[in-house]
Amino acid sequence: MSDTILEISHVHKAYNKSSDQALHVLKDIHFSLKKDEIVALLGKSGSGKSTLLRIMAGLVPPSKGRVKYRGNWIQNPVPGIAMVFQSFALLPWLTVLENVELGLEAAGIGREDRRKRALEAIDIIGLDGFESAYPRELSGGMCQRVGFARALVVNPDVLLMDEPFSALDVLTAENLKSDLLALWREKKTNTNAILLVTHSIEEAVSLADRIIIMGSDPGYVRADLQVGALPSRDLDHPECRKLVDEIYTLMTTTTEGKEKPAKRAWQIGLGYRLPQVEPSELSGLIETMKTFEDKIDLPELADEISMQVDDLFPILETLEVLGFAQIAKGDAQLTELGEAFYEGDLQERKRMFAEQLIATIPLARHIRQVIDDKPNHRVSEERFLARLEDSLSEKEAERVLRTMIDWGRYAELFAYDFNSGMLSLEDPGT
Amino acid sequence: MSQEHVYSINREPISRFINVWDLLLLIAVIFCLFFLSKAGSQMAIPYALGEPLPISLNPNELPFYALRTVLRMFIALGISLLFTLAVGTLAAKNKRCERIIIPLIDVLQSVPVLSFLAITVTGFIQLFPGSLLGPECAAIFVIFTAQVWNITLSFYQSLKTMPHELKEVAAVFQLSAWQRFWKMELPHSLSGLLWNMMMSMSASWFFVVLSESIAVAHQHIRLPGVGSYIGLAIHDGNLQAIGYAIMTMVIVIFIYDQILFRPLIAWSEKFKLDASPTDEPYESWFLDWLRKSKLAEQFGFLLGFLKDKLINFKWFSRSVATAELSETYKTHPLVDWFWQLLVWSVFCFAAYRLYLFIAPTIGMRGLMHVAVLGLATSCRVIVLIVVSSLIWIPVGVWVGGRPKWVQAVQPLIQLAAAFPANLFYPLFVIAIVQFKLNVEVWVTPLMILGTQWYILFNVIAGTAKIPRDLNLAVANFGVKGVLWWRKLALPAIFPFYITGAITAAGGAWNASIVAEWVSWGSTTLQATGLGAYIQASTYEGQFPQIALGTAMMCVYVLLFNQLLWRPLYRLAETRFKYDKG
Repeated sequence: MSDTILEISHVHKAYNKSSDQALHVLKDIHFSLKKDEIVALLGKSGSGKSTLLRIMAGLVPPSKGRVKYRGNWIQNPVPGIAMVFQSFALLPWLTVLENVELGLEAAGIGREDRRKRALEAIDIIGLDGFESAYPRELSGGMCQRVGFARALVVNPDVLLMDEPFSALDVLTAENLKSDLLALWREKKTNTNAILLVTHSIEEAVSLADRIIIMGSDPGYVRADLQVGALPSRDLDHPECRKLVDEIYTLMTTTTEGKEKPAKRAWQIGLGYRLPQVEPSELSGLIETMKTFEDKIDLPELADEISMQVDDLFPILETLEVLGFAQIAKGDAQLTELGEAFYEGDLQERKRMFAEQLIATIPLARHIRQVIDDKPNHRVSEERFLARLEDSLSEKEAERVLRTMIDWGRYAELFAYDFNSGMLSLEDPGT
Repeated sequence: MSQEHVYSINREPISRFINVWDLLLLIAVIFCLFFLSKAGSQMAIPYALGEPLPISLNPNELPFYALRTVLRMFIALGISLLFTLAVGTLAAKNKRCERIIIPLIDVLQSVPVLSFLAITVTGFIQLFPGSLLGPECAAIFVIFTAQVWNITLSFYQSLKTMPHELKEVAAVFQLSAWQRFWKMELPHSLSGLLWNMMMSMSASWFFVVLSESIAVAHQHIRLPGVGSYIGLAIHDGNLQAIGYAIMTMVIVIFIYDQILFRPLIAWSEKFKLDASPTDEPYESWFLDWLRKSKLAEQFGFLLGFLKDKLINFKWFSRSVATAELSETYKTHPLVDWFWQLLVWSVFCFAAYRLYLFIAPTIGMRGLMHVAVLGLATSCRVIVLIVVSSLIWIPVGVWVGGRPKWVQAVQPLIQLAAAFPANLFYPLFVIAIVQFKLNVEVWVTPLMILGTQWYILFNVIAGTAKIPRDLNLAVANFGVKGVLWWRKLALPAIFPFYITGAITAAGGAWNASIVAEWVSWGSTTLQATGLGAYIQASTYEGQFPQIALGTAMMCVYVLLFNQLLWRPLYRLAETRFKYDKG
């Protein structure tokens, strides 16, 4: 097929932690990128979408499976594929012009020619007048424009973008997105396909022709939606809203799709990645939900608290796991327990939170049990960290334990001493 | 940089005319070239061992001596830089080399400079028989050992902290290793490199007498230079000559600080990854002057052209960069095991040979004796750190709380830190002899004369960085006196103080060699300690003793680092920082 540019066939990725243990990040990823399409790779954090992007760029080798670019296996970065980074990744000691020239220099293009092409790219992307500025003089939006210019100047066949808008504020991101779409539609660049990694449903719906939804733990392709035929990209358009709801449902259910409302049991083990949520955010969302009628449309809820739908994910997931709320078909609802939590005062809420932690979170149960079993009721955090590292990466284990300690301290399940790294039953200060 | 003018369309048509700055610049360049070549040609004149080199105390000779000394230092600095680029890169890129190089540098850093001299001088002299080049090389080597370690460590640290995304950028856009080095690795480490090079220059001034006036195994070679001039002045007890030497050094240090390091550091500000806007920009009149000069602009254009040719040199671009980014870096366990075996056997062999070398001449009692001497020097170091902390912490906190004072005092302290304190040793010797003071006690302050500034400097910086809101909040609750010190000032300056104290202690160890054995004219004061032991052994040419003394000093320094400084440093890093995380 001539219009297939990038073909990802049965890619697996696992990181070796020790000789007999592997941490699976991606499982059997299989899809292809065709000419003239913008594909959005959509997933929650931990779904391995950034790793997948890096495999496609040739930065990270897959453990199994292959990536084929125009008929050739990719093992290292290749000239036809350029990338835009979430953190811009500009060289602070080079001017805008020098940054844009970087790829051309690497390609061995002569000085004059290089300069001409770089100035052209800077012109197209709307950076005129900033040629001699250093990145630190620029705002985030301008920096990302340099990032785009740097990628586009090498005339890439495929443009890979790793959450390019997530470090920008909403207005700047909108502005940059529409400029990018205009470039794409007017064919001002020689780019034949764009792959965009994002965690934002809205972003995917407003930009992509095709949305690939990734599930987590390990990452897999959950769904592959053709959305090129949408009548409008305006997010308030009814069809778009329907699509957002649909995607949301897909992202919060498991593969089987046999969603049973009311008792969608979360199967979580000790290595469950606790979402990074503050206890106060939980109370806050419960209070907001109480102001709605029975079933709450998620985009509406997000609107109410001026958040993006996907920012709600971690909080809602936590509420659901703890049994304070439930979600069905893109609608959220407080459970009886949630209602009771709303009614309680601060101490009462803490007590309920503690109870639910023990009842529903295996890690909380485990920690409390180990501390209780010890004669002096003191245990080093290292022990739990080591346990978590059986199923999580070192960094993620650290994060999960931090979150757990945060919750545990709030619920007064246990105390923690920063200096010694000890978890105990003591009150702080004694 | 001057390059940015190239893109503007309407360049002034008269830009080709020479302006006043250009003329001055031209004269300065020609002057430098002329004198450097003169000084350089003097290095390789014939010389036979034992032949005394004429050193004159005539102040008219001093500019020439200063030139010779500075030339040596910059040659050593150049070698240090090359060493750093090679060894630092190796350590950062290769896990196996890293495991050897970094601890090795840690050890070498604690080896006193004098020991390097004692061990290598005969070799160098034999390398170039009948030429002054031998002793010259030995002197340069000694300066090199005083300069290189912190530069290498800084470069290695920079390479290790290279942001991951930048590495990915290099891989995605397929920069060759050569291009990556010039575009990313060198710029990223530049400001740390320059800063450490400046520090190293100060260190080499401290050992200027030691490196030029070589006294090993009853041989006494005085190479023309400021160090020898001072050495001779001390030998003759000529206080006036010492005064001239001090003046010369102040001028020389001031000149190269102004026309070399200051501009370089001001220029390197742009290479910092995150310049916090609150920090005051480093300014340099010389850099401003260069930027104004039209000739320099033309020169910059040429430089830009050459830079382009160098970085994008086709030959080196051949090797396409592969992403060394995958975390699944694995080696065969057998290879690893074999490597470990190799390292350990080399280590054991070296230890055995060292034992054979030392044991017959010194024996167990000698060993104990040296250990006790080490203890004496340790006591001095500890007492010094405590005493200078007691003096400088209150002063530093007082100054640090007053921004106007900080501005006024900082340049002075910087100069004091760069100034070789051992020039003042004769004054102490005269005082000790005059008032019949206890040598054991009164030579002690000499050890910290040069490095105490680091404590003061860091305490001032720490106090100045206490957030204003914190100060106000504390004042709001009426916290004063002891409580104020305990709850605010001391915790706030702790991380800064630790950094300063580590530097000061390290410097004190190294300085013990010159401080525990001081002389003036015909008087020589000798205290009991490891430094005096090494100095005496060097003078007598007793190589087993030199080796033992050096090894003992390494052991002590490393023990101190391991048992005291590292835990304190870690505590400072985790508990007493303002920013979370």
